[in-house]
Amino acid sequence: MTRDEIYKKVQAVLVDALGVDEEEVTPNAVIRDDLGAESIDFLDIMFRLEKAFGIKIPKGEMMPEGLANDPNIVQNGVFTPAGLAELKKRMPFSDFTVLEKDPKLDNMSKLFTVDMITKYVESKLNAPAA
Amino acid sequence: MRWIWIDKFTEFTPRTSATAIKNVSLAEEHLHDLYPAFPIVPHSLIVEGMAQTAGILVGEARNFEEKVILAKIGKATFHRLVRPGETIIFNAKIEQLNEQGASISGTVNVGTDLVAEIELMFSHIDQNMAGIEFPEHNFVFTEQFTELLKTYRLSSSITL
Repeated sequence: MTRDEIYKKVQAVLVDALGVDEEEVTPNAVIRDDLGAESIDFLDIMFRLEKAFGIKIPKGEMMPEGLANDPNIVQNGVFTPAGLAELKKRMPFSDFTVLEKDPKLDNMSKLFTVDMITKYVESKLNAPAA
Repeated sequence: MRWIWIDKFTEFTPRTSATAIKNVSLAEEHLHDLYPAFPIVPHSLIVEGMAQTAGILVGEARNFEEKVILAKIGKATFHRLVRPGETIIFNAKIEQLNEQGASISGTVNVGTDLVAEIELMFSHIDQNMAGIEFPEHNFVFTEQFTELLKTYRLSSSITL
């Protein structure tokens, strides 16, 4: 499956899960800020991606969890340099431009874009079978 | 009043599917609230009946250790009204189940008539991504709900 084919399917998943128009789901659209997703929608999106692509998404793999409670990662609502490095390792498909300029925890949501999900799914589909 | 919108299970296959029925009686007060002189079961309560059928199915899959909350109604399409004297049949099927929750597809029938197609998503709220903490005791699966399953298991093991 080409990246464009994956993108089209991801787009359809997001239209169904979030009730948005297809035109709104652009590669750079931020899932929360631009498409209006709430926290519960992320589980819905993961279920729908698993079904659409026949993949398994382990807890915390696409969207890292529990980072805010680790003082090595986040201090006073801001990512530490080590935390930012850890996040980059865990989310290799995200664009960190905004977070590097302003490493506030609140800005973490900007890492979840349509393009990031597309690349994540692509990596799952291309991963060698276990 | 007890907030139970199913009368009994007629089929229960753990981690897979469940069917429950509800007999609709003209004596139920809520039937008269929506349209005076035209009693019907409100669609919202048909969704609630499916949520209870499916919710117990999802809860049983983890031995009722998770707090299972209806998180999202993905789809609810209605094809027919339900009137007093009819028996609603709720068929729920688990599509996906993991440590964070479950997705369900369901159909609602009266006899062979299709009443509704419903898709629901449930969350195991203690596993929520936001890390919000909830009371330790399981406030979802009260005795009212677990009794339904006990009754089904008891009746299905008795041969008269």
